Amino acid sequence: MTDTLNKSVPSKSQRIQAGLAKRYRAEKRFRLYGIAAIAAPISFLAIMLVVIGSRGVGAFQQTYAQLSITFDEQYITDNDWQGIVKASLRETFPDVSARRDKKKLYKLMSSGAGFDLQAMYKIDPTLLGQTRTVWLPMSDDIDMLMKGKIDRALAEGDRRVSDKELVWIDHLIANDVIDLQFNTRFFTSGDSREPELAGIAGAFMGSILSLAVCFILSFPLGVMTAVYLEEFAPKNTWTYIIEVNINNLAAVPSIVFGLLGLAIFLNFFMLPRSAPLVGGMVLALMTLPTIIIASRAALRAVPPSIREAAYGMGASQVQTVLHHVLPLAMPGMLTGTIIGMAQALGESAPLLMIGMVAFIVDIPGNFTDPATALPIQIYLWADSPERAFSERTAAAILVLVGFLIMMNLIAVIVRKKFERRW
Amino acid sequence: MEISIHTEVPTTARIDEQTLSQPHKVSAQGVNVYYGDKQALKNINLDIASNMVTALIGPSGCGKSTFLRCLNRMNDVVDGCRVEGLITLDGEDIYGRGVDVVHLRARVGMVFQKPNPFPKSIYDNVAYGPRIHGLAADRGALDDMVLHSLERAGLIDEVRDRLDAPGTGLSGGQQQRLCIARAIAVEPEVILMDEPCSALDPIATAKIEELIDDLKQNFTIIMVTHSMQQAARVSQKTAFFHLGELVEQGDTTDIFTKPEDERTQAYVTGRIG
Repeated sequence: MTDTLNKSVPSKSQRIQAGLAKRYRAEKRFRLYGIAAIAAPISFLAIMLVVIGSRGVGAFQQTYAQLSITFDEQYITDNDWQGIVKASLRETFPDVSARRDKKKLYKLMSSGAGFDLQAMYKIDPTLLGQTRTVWLPMSDDIDMLMKGKIDRALAEGDRRVSDKELVWIDHLIANDVIDLQFNTRFFTSGDSREPELAGIAGAFMGSILSLAVCFILSFPLGVMTAVYLEEFAPKNTWTYIIEVNINNLAAVPSIVFGLLGLAIFLNFFMLPRSAPLVGGMVLALMTLPTIIIASRAALRAVPPSIREAAYGMGASQVQTVLHHVLPLAMPGMLTGTIIGMAQALGESAPLLMIGMVAFIVDIPGNFTDPATALPIQIYLWADSPERAFSERTAAAILVLVGFLIMMNLIAVIVRKKFERRW
Repeated sequence: MEISIHTEVPTTARIDEQTLSQPHKVSAQGVNVYYGDKQALKNINLDIASNMVTALIGPSGCGKSTFLRCLNRMNDVVDGCRVEGLITLDGEDIYGRGVDVVHLRARVGMVFQKPNPFPKSIYDNVAYGPRIHGLAADRGALDDMVLHSLERAGLIDEVRDRLDAPGTGLSGGQQQRLCIARAIAVEPEVILMDEPCSALDPIATAKIEELIDDLKQNFTIIMVTHSMQQAARVSQKTAFFHLGELVEQGDTTDIFTKPEDERTQAYVTGRIG
């Protein structure tokens, strides 16, 4: 009786065996979920980078035409530099005679071509009266056509380039005087109404200046606040209230900080509008909670045994913090700061409120010059109707992403350097 | 059972007349310690003789570490900790008005349960105390202090050619001796040791015990230990704590061979604890 019972009931090890297979399956499944969870964001990121990259990479090149330019004294004294370009075009296409056609012909070249000539002449005044072959930028529509973004097969009325213009372009192509060249202007000039003349340098400088102000303000303030709250402040209701408020500040929508900047910095303290100084101050307000929270976490992660060792040696509280706790917490604090700065770099809403959304052609040279920032430049370009601005928008995003990667790299390097102190 | 423990007591545990006649280095009178509402120590009266090793023994949570940490005011940084009563060092109240904790801790050094060298070089670890207290006149004097302290801690031969290496890279036993070297570099009068060997293997433990035995010529040592054999081996005086009370104190030999209190008897023979 007992024998048959024993046989029908599986032994303990058999039960465990049966359970093990199930357990292994569950483990394998769980791992797969994890891999899938990682793969999804990575593929999104890859798709985003590929799409933006393929769109934006065109902006790093610009269509140039080689023209034979005569630095005619008459035009130069009239300060009509574009006139020189027009004269050269008339020479290249002598059979264009109608007034309307001539106007179209002039539009082949960018309105910035004249500025290029002016710059050339400024460097070398001996050019007066001489004739040179010069590569000059073409207009944005021709640029788009050359980059294949305008379909020649469309009916004439549906495309931005007319049949006549196509003939002229084909003539230039046949003579091999039209070419895509590296677009240095994109990296060296400020914003412009003309896509082929617009550059990222102004917004880039604006971002750098704002971030510099932001860092100078928020890093020392944030670290000092964190050190005081974590190491020195008594644990009472007041510090608790402050703590809760700091945590809440981290979740306040950034445009609120912009409103605060508008009300306090601009209207009350009368600081200049659209200035990186004010932009940096507003961004610092926004970054502070992030830095404080990360710094406090870093301080809390320092093992208590190190503090005890220092106190046991007779170190004062300040000595303990400065000699032992702060160096050990610094890598964590820097990580928090970089996260905060990266957020600030990508932030546009608070800057809108303090006037950094203006169309600014000049590259800002100091903290009070009117400026804009990279994300706002992206927004402005994305909003522009010209076809060529869409590739510039993508290119500006690439610059912004590159900037972010650079910041993070610097953070990693700095952190590693600090960590080498064991 | 008692006899076997007696035979383990080494000759160092014998107390000669001279040390007996020496005055009390540290004295606690009517000490009560509270953590918030909870009373951790109840009316402790304990005198500690100079140039001897005093072992504080007792089961976990009995308050021996708390008492030890009162002696250099390490409890000051613990929130909600309150110390009542009188603790004197050379007759001076260490909780008195004019007493500076920094100065007190330069006189009463401490070695912790887990070796906790600073994440700095071996040299900087030992030099830290002299540096913050401004004890060394110049670099040469500091070098001498560091080397001398490492020598006294019995570590010098192992680290002589790598003083710039991180202190955290040493083995556990070496780290603990480094911590002892760090503590003695400021020439304290009393060294508190909180279970200094509990994280170490028997060989490292033996080295530390040997070192403690040497150090008692120059320092007054108070150590907390969980190992009764260790207390018997290295200490001359023993105090037995139980549930926040000081149950019995006296010569180590007496505590282990003829304890007066039943609880002491039970603890040293391994029946409670």
